[in-house]
Order: sequence, then structure tokens, then C-alpha cells
Amino acid sequence: MYGRKVKLRFFFILLILLTFVLTTFLILKSLEENVVFFKSPSEIKTLAEIQNKKIRVGGMVKKDSISVVSKEMKFIITDFKSEISVTYSGVIPNLFEEGKGVVAEGYLKDKNFFFATKILAKHDENYMPPEVKAAMEEK
Amino acid sequence: MLKIFEPNKIFTVTSKAPKYVLALFIVILTIGLTEALILSPEDYKQSHSVRIMYVHVPAAWISLGIFSAITFLSLIGYIFKIQNFFLISKSLAPSGLVFNIIALVTGSIWGKPTWGTWWAWDARITSMLILALFYILYLVAWRIYDNKDKAFKITTIITILGIVNVPIIKYSVDWWNTLHQPASINILSKSSIHISMLFPLSIMTAAFALFSLLIFLMKYNTELIKIKNKGLDRL
Repeated sequence: MYGRKVKLRFFFILLILLTFVLTTFLILKSLEENVVFFKSPSEIKTLAEIQNKKIRVGGMVKKDSISVVSKEMKFIITDFKSEISVTYSGVIPNLFEEGKGVVAEGYLKDKNFFFATKILAKHDENYMPPEVKAAMEEK
Repeated sequence: MLKIFEPNKIFTVTSKAPKYVLALFIVILTIGLTEALILSPEDYKQSHSVRIMYVHVPAAWISLGIFSAITFLSLIGYIFKIQNFFLISKSLAPSGLVFNIIALVTGSIWGKPTWGTWWAWDARITSMLILALFYILYLVAWRIYDNKDKAFKITTIITILGIVNVPIIKYSVDWWNTLHQPASINILSKSSIHISMLFPLSIMTAAFALFSLLIFLMKYNTELIKIKNKGLDRL
């Protein structure tokens, strides 16, 4: 039905596409360590050694864990399997709250203590008006 | 080629269309903005800053959609040697780039009050930046190559390279830990955006799609006029 050239061009395109997809996949796979924006507390626990390098830890702010002493704030990041204590002093984003997502950037002291130099808040995929939220909580 | 692909036939339609599209765009945009900025409720957590979503998300969708369309048309155009498809792709690209930049800029504005940062090298932001670079590459390639056949080939290659990035943008939030939250809208399951917010979001998406169509028609008409002036070119 179609000419030989058309078929050849089709396979040419298909091959290029396949090659690029595979190449990209392999590159991303090997760079996984750097593609992730943050590590979870559980991943921190499995680290072989603690380097004095800036890293990010993310998870939920544990309920009732935030305490502020003078200008220093302490809280716990949890992924519901492991926990890590964070100390921080500085500006916090509006969405930073107990029971909500957070990403802390800074240095590990050991596998349980983290000095944050910057705090980012993560928000979840739920969007709703306050009344709906209140109604949901009543249930 | 088919009769319908004759530049004159297409031009009689596309030269009249922009004014109707513009009128419709203004109406839809007015409804969309009223809904998004005034009528829709604030978010329980982000309060009014959620309104940035009604620009940010549609802009990102449209820029992804346009790049996919460009790739599809270029590939079909290349395989079957249909010149018209290349002209359509070429005319689609500028509005795609504009919406890509809008998505990046509004994302930055949204990120500051919510996340606490203007910019983060999170997988989705980075892959959106890469998409913008591909758009620029694509548009520059059209400028550089005067030789038609060469331009067709080079731009097709650029779209193939760029399309690999599109699923990465879509699934980056599922594959890796990112600062971006997972997708709120899923075809198969219930959306996690409340219906009162979903409505302005869809209206704004329609408005942006109409704007892209408008810019596309203007660009496409220019291309057709160029061909007409040369006289001998057929689509």
C-alpha cells in the first residue's frame, strides 16, 4: 500500500524514538540518587556513612512534636516507619504545620539528628474550600 | 495532494476564523477569570494563593499538549511527506512556548508563599525547564534552516528528542520524591480537587486553548500568505 521509502522512514523514526527512550531511561535510572528531591527518614537510616554534605530530608511533621525554645525550633520528621529530629532557626513557610508535609535542607549530625538550614513546606494533592474540610472532619 | 490541502481553500477558512475565535476567547476568559478570582472559594490550607493554580495548571497542560501535537504532526508529516503538517507544527510552537514560560513563572510565584522557595531543582520543575529549552530549540531551528527539507528533518528530530521528556514531566511526581504533590486529577479515580475549584480550572483551560488556537491561526495564515506570494509552492 505505502511505498518502500515511507516504510523505511517509519522504521527510522521508530528506531530513533526507541533508542532515545532507552537511553533516557538508563541515564535517569543511574542518576536516581540525584533526581530525587529529598530522602525519607527510613532512607537516612540505611545510609552507609554520614557525609558532611548538604542533603534534604522529607516527610510529615510529627503531631505535637514542634517545640520552640528562644529562637530555636525543634520538630520531628516522620515517614511513619522511622523518625528524625530536626533543629532549625529561621523563616518558616506559611504551610509549615504539624501533620503536614515538609522538606528540610541541611546537614546530618547522625542518623537521628539533623541541622536544617532551610525549611520548605510540601502540600498534598487535596484542594477544597474550608467548609468542606470542616464537614469532613466532623464525620 | 487532495483538493482540501490547497493553500487557497484553507486560507478562505483560516483567514476568517481569528475574529470569531477572539470573540469566544474573550467571553470564556471573562467567565474563567470571574470564577477563578472572585466566585471560587479559597482553599482550606493555602487560602487565596490557590487561585494561582487556575493559571499555572492550565498553562502547563496546554504547553504539554501542544508539544505532543507538534511531535505527532511532525512524525506523520515526515513519514508521509506532508508539508502542511510541518506548517501547522511550526505555527503551533510559539503559543506552546508562551504557556510553558507562564507555567514556570506562575509556579515560581506560587512556590514562594506555599513551599517557601522561588525555585527548587525538583524533577518536575527541571523537566518543565527542559521542555521550554526544546521549544526554543525547535523555534530557532526553523529560523536557521532556510532549506525547507533540511528544516523539516531537523525539527522532526528535535520533537522526537523532546517527546521523551513529556512522560517524564507527567510521571515525575510518581517516580521520584519531588516537592510537587502527586497528581490531583486522575481519569480513573475521583479527583482530589473539590468540584467548586475544578469548574474554574476547566474554564481557564478552555480559555487558554482558545488563545493558543488564535495565535496558531494568525501564525498559520502568515505561513499561507508566504506560500501564496512565492506562487509555486504547494502544500
